[in-house]
This record gives sequence, structure tokens and C-alpha cells, in this order.
Amino acid sequence: MNILVCVSNVPDTTTKVKFSGTQLETEGVQWIVNPWDELAITRALELKESGAGVDKITIATVGLVGTETTIRKGLAMGADDAFRVDADPTDAFFTATQLAEVIKAGSYDLIMTGFESADYNGISVGGMLSEILGYPSVGAVSAVNIVDGKLQIDREIDGGKEVLSVQTPVVASVQKGIAIDPRIPAMRGIMMARRKPLTVMPAVEVEVYTEVVEIELPEAKSAVKMFDAEDIQGLVNALKNEANVI
Amino acid sequence: MSVLVYLENWDGKFKKVSFELLSYGKKIAEDMGVPMFALSLGKVDASELETLKTYGPEKIFVNDNGFDSLDNEMYASAISQAAEKEDATLVVFSQDNVGNALAGRVAVRLKAGLVSAVSAIPISYDPFIIKKKVYTNKVFGHVKVNTAKKILSLSKNTFEIIENAAAGVVEELALDHAEPKTKVESTDKVTGKLLLTDAELVVSAGRGMKGPENWGMIEELAETLGAATACSRPCSDEGWRPHTEHVGQTGKIIAPNLYIAIGISGAIQHIGGISNSKCIVAINKDPDAPIFEAADYGIVGDAFKVIPELNEALKNA
Repeated sequence: MNILVCVSNVPDTTTKVKFSGTQLETEGVQWIVNPWDELAITRALELKESGAGVDKITIATVGLVGTETTIRKGLAMGADDAFRVDADPTDAFFTATQLAEVIKAGSYDLIMTGFESADYNGISVGGMLSEILGYPSVGAVSAVNIVDGKLQIDREIDGGKEVLSVQTPVVASVQKGIAIDPRIPAMRGIMMARRKPLTVMPAVEVEVYTEVVEIELPEAKSAVKMFDAEDIQGLVNALKNEANVI
Repeated sequence: MSVLVYLENWDGKFKKVSFELLSYGKKIAEDMGVPMFALSLGKVDASELETLKTYGPEKIFVNDNGFDSLDNEMYASAISQAAEKEDATLVVFSQDNVGNALAGRVAVRLKAGLVSAVSAIPISYDPFIIKKKVYTNKVFGHVKVNTAKKILSLSKNTFEIIENAAAGVVEELALDHAEPKTKVESTDKVTGKLLLTDAELVVSAGRGMKGPENWGMIEELAETLGAATACSRPCSDEGWRPHTEHVGQTGKIIAPNLYIAIGISGAIQHIGGISNSKCIVAINKDPDAPIFEAADYGIVGDAFKVIPELNEALKNA
């Protein structure tokens, strides 16, 4: 079984974002593997190491050359090879179309995407990708297992989960729970990652479906109203009569 | 032209979010001067369909043939067929697990631009521009949709329910059936428990509680309020609480009317998950904890003393 993990390169989640126009000011920004994508790579590695029948783990990203640091991190974690589509992603449909090209050029049984990316929070690449390819898809995936050579996928539902059997190839949009702690690359992995194949592909042309035309800063929040620890009743009165929430 | 609203059902029932979606769709349909239609797949009681009429659909399309469990491809095909049949220029989904799984697929089928997790009506219709939060609630982006057909997913608890009765004629929708390629083998579900993502009131606690053995008072407070319980990331990572309770950037993003944060310092990732709450109360012993910057009301104090007192005061409120 071959696994492909789609990876997005995003600003560290603690970043205080600043913009000039609609462009993120990148100075001082630390770039990371999108947190859910990192968990997807981690789970793929666990499956491979468990001897469940994973032959190869591939990483794919859509991004300019600067994203290669992030790709190398994925390879250092233990992925076998990587593809980078050489373009600055514009929207989810653009990204999904490019990733579909990478997938069509290879042979993968399981494709994992993080359920959203921590930049534009579009929550849509996984669904779009599966539809472009005509593959089945499962969203809100909280576990991926291989049982007797077959994929078994847990999907979170309100108040619990469902266990699904799926035809392959399949696209799984994964969330936290699929793995808990991301794999930290070891020094040996970092050294080896430098020699692992990273193929750069040109982008295909895509119609611009959506575009961000303006960035608006949220209104400054009004200051917190403090109550003394002895004045619990004051807080309760405010919740009841001022905020009207209880 | 029309607006089509896709309505999930939960064991044959609709929820508050269904009425929110219809109210939202109706407002946009009125602005655009077109009718709104609703679509429900799977088995739903006739009395439940009746409740939808209050919120303005001209027609309610139904089909329960084979829609017993969610297969994204099959559902997306059905929704797209309904959209094409009724010449829907806009399709509205709920921004939740099901809406997230379907909206992208339908967008590709209809060649429609998709904007996820919106919380208000468009800023303008021509050009079509709508606001959404990006960078996990840190800023708003104004997103312009260039395609003739558009898809939106609406965040929960963000749009007011408006009663606006319409004909609401229930009509069976003829569909070409796609064969499901996924199959639900088993389901493991707690019923009767208030779900975090549905809850209007949430009591959440963090590392300040010192250990899982101290959660009794959190649960009591939640029970008094009729609230769901939640926790910060370290508590779920440490196994003090289940992962399904983790709110924050990498956990659940929620928007309740009231969020009470107890012993949670308020890291930027946590704030990202709760900043859409209508009212935030912070209780923390550290007066410099960043949670107070996000909060509307605060108390600096020892949770172990404040919580039981708050519980008593709320019982008498």
C-alpha cells in the first residue's frame, strides 16, 4: 500500500499575523508543517513501521521553493519521497487541482489531507481533491488502521464515531486523534532527508474561483470587566442582566 | 435562479442549526430576489419536515432512498443534481463535519467557488464578496467569488433565527443514484449527552485544575448551567480528558453564547478556538494570564474556592 500525504506550509500557530494589503508580512514568520498534516505523516509512519503493509510514504505540497524546508522536515520525519508543485497556492480549488495532477502521475491507495490548513482555513482541499479524481472520501477522520491488509477508517460523528470500510484509492481528511504527538525528526533522519528524492513539477493552469481582495483587522475588544473573588454575585448578575447569557 | 440549503438530519430530526441555515439562506434569497429551496436526504419524519416551513423554503426536496449513512460521493452527487435541477446559483451548507465533507465535492461538480466558515451575509452581491475569518480567527478576509455558482458554509451559532413562513411544499426529488464506495461497519455513539459543538453554554478547564480527579466541580458547574464541558490542549494531551473535549486551534473551534475558562492561561492557539464565543468569562489565579485579554468578564482567584461558590450563586440565580 502506498500512502500520499498532502502537506501545507503555514505560519507557526503562535504567529501574530501582519499584512500589507492582502499579503502576509513574512518577515520573522516561522513556517511549519500544517499541524494536522504533521499528524497524518506521523500516522503513516506508524502504519509503515507496524508492518501492516505500507510500502511507501510520499509527501506532496503546492508551494514556491521556500516551502522545501517544510518538505524536508516531512522527509526527515521518515517519508520516502516528495513532490512540490511550483506555484504559490491561490485558493483551495487551485491547490486541489495541482495535487490531483501529482496523484494521477503516481499510484496511491490512501491519500491523507489535514482537515484544514492553519492559514486560510478553507476546509475544502480534501473534498475537492477526491471529487476531481473521482475517488471516495471520508472527512473528520480520527483513526486510520490497516486490518488484514484492508483500510479501516474511523470518522467522528456527533457524540461518537463510525468505523468505515472503504474502496481504494480513498481520500481521508484527518483531524487530531489520528495521532497525538507529531514525530520529531532525529538527526539521522535529517541527514538522510537531504538525499531523498524531491521532484518539482510545474503547475497547471486553473481558473481563479475565489480570491482574497481585502484583509480586515477585527475590532479591538472592549476591556475585560473584573470582579473581586469575593464578589461572585456581581459576576452572576452581569451574566444575567448585562450579557444576557444565562 | 434559486438558493438551495442542504439540511442534515440527526436520526431523522432537525436541530437549531437547520433553522439557522434556512434563516440565512432566506435572507440571501430575498436580497437576490430568488426563491429558497431546502434539500433533505435520508429518512425524516413528516412532522419534522413540517417544522421547516416556518423558516421560508418555497419547496423542500426529499429523497430517502439509500441515504442511510453518509457516503460523501453519493451525497455530493445528489446535492449537485438538486442544485442543477433547480438552477441554484448559491448552495448553503452547515460548517460542521458533514458540511465540510460535502461542500468541496459539490463545488467541483458545479464548478462553483466555495467560501467556508462564513458568519454573515455577503458584503456585496455584484461582485460577490463575503467576509470570513482566516488565520484561525486572527483576521477577516474579504473573499471575492468569481464563478457564476457559489457555495457557502455557515459557522454555527452565528446567524439569528428568523421566522418567515413560506409554502414549504414537500417534493420527492428524482435522482440518478451513485453507488457508495464507503460502508459504515459499526457505530459507537453516546446518546443523550449534550454535544460540545451544539452547546450554547460551555464550561472549560485547564491545567490549573491540577489533575483529572478535580473535574467533579467542573462537571457540577456544567450541570447547574446545562452546559457542555471542554478542556485546553494539555489536559487532553495528558489524558486527563477525552480528545473530543479539546477546544483550540488544533481541536474544536466553538462559538457558544457563554464560555467559562477556568484555570486556562489562554495561549493564542486556545483563543483561536473560542474567540467567536459571544461572552467569555475567565477565572485564573494569575492576573497576567493572556486569557484575560480575550475575556469579557474575569475573576482573579483560586478556582478551587471560586467554582463551588459560583455554582451555588448560579443555582440561586
